[in-house]
Amino acid sequence: MSRAPNPSSSWEQGGPARLYVITGGRDVSGRRADLDLVTLVVARAAPRPEMQPEQAGILRMCQYPLSMAEISAYLKLPFSAVAVLVADLLAERSVDVRGAVRRAGIPDPELLKAVMYGLQRL
Amino acid sequence: MDFSGSDRSPGPAHEDALPASAATAVKIVIVGGFGVGKTTLVGSVSEIKPLTTEETMTQESVGVDDVRGVEQKSATTVAMDFGRISIDGQLVLYLFGTPGQERFWFLWNGLFAGALGAVVLVDTRRLESCFDVIGRLEQRGVPFIVAVNRFPPAPLHPVAHLRAALDLPADVPIVECDARSRVSSRNALLALVRYLYTLSTTTENAATGVAASALAERT
Repeated sequence: MSRAPNPSSSWEQGGPARLYVITGGRDVSGRRADLDLVTLVVARAAPRPEMQPEQAGILRMCQYPLSMAEISAYLKLPFSAVAVLVADLLAERSVDVRGAVRRAGIPDPELLKAVMYGLQRL
Repeated sequence: MDFSGSDRSPGPAHEDALPASAATAVKIVIVGGFGVGKTTLVGSVSEIKPLTTEETMTQESVGVDDVRGVEQKSATTVAMDFGRISIDGQLVLYLFGTPGQERFWFLWNGLFAGALGAVVLVDTRRLESCFDVIGRLEQRGVPFIVAVNRFPPAPLHPVAHLRAALDLPADVPIVECDARSRVSSRNALLALVRYLYTLSTTTENAATGVAASALAERT
């Protein structure tokens, strides 16, 4: 797609067809293994005119860290579709991700202590 | 939200942006029967207006999990309301509430994977609605506490009765809460994190368990 993104049509709600176009019809299994709902995404490049509107949107909204869940909410796209878009942006080094997924099991006591103290201040 | 007719691209309002220093995010899942107040609880403590994320479960992902009666559906959309609490400059806590049909939540493997734990929100008028949820959490090894949402007309149950009715192990905390209250909802989350802290210290080093309980008592 070489046209400049057209905001008036880019964000229209759509069904499966829109998702198919956005993700290029690719199956997302395997690509999202390291992307969690709470993985934080930070842009490290400005959107380019030839970019897919959704990917340009991700770069614009991730000037500051933003979770995958929030990106999904703001773009109104399922998590797995966002995972495909972010994986592509990662591959071309347009974004960084922070906060690796924890392994299963009981979390680290120091992390829990930090959460406890944070909640007490709420 | 409809973005057509607006020049603003989607994204958080300026005041809803996280600091650039945010480096780690963790999540807690709030589960419970229909209409029990999960989204209310999330909204009570969240620093942002709760948002909604969703996932489309395809035939393939449905087949992975053993949920009878779901297999023939080709696609199911599971939606989650969520909120956010900045713990400090680096650490962010996300809270996911679970509206809709509970039998679908557990198809979303990424929801519980990596979660610190879960709060099972209970309405004493509909205790039976959380049996299935508790069973599935236990099966998946997701640590949880039970929070009884204190609806004014709901019957008062002594904790011991609730524990027996829900067949809960003695160490799983049961707390009361009013999901509409920020402090009360905060306290329910704190009860979960204290419980997790106790688990983390007793699991790794039984000798420090006493110290952990003492800290939990003190705080």
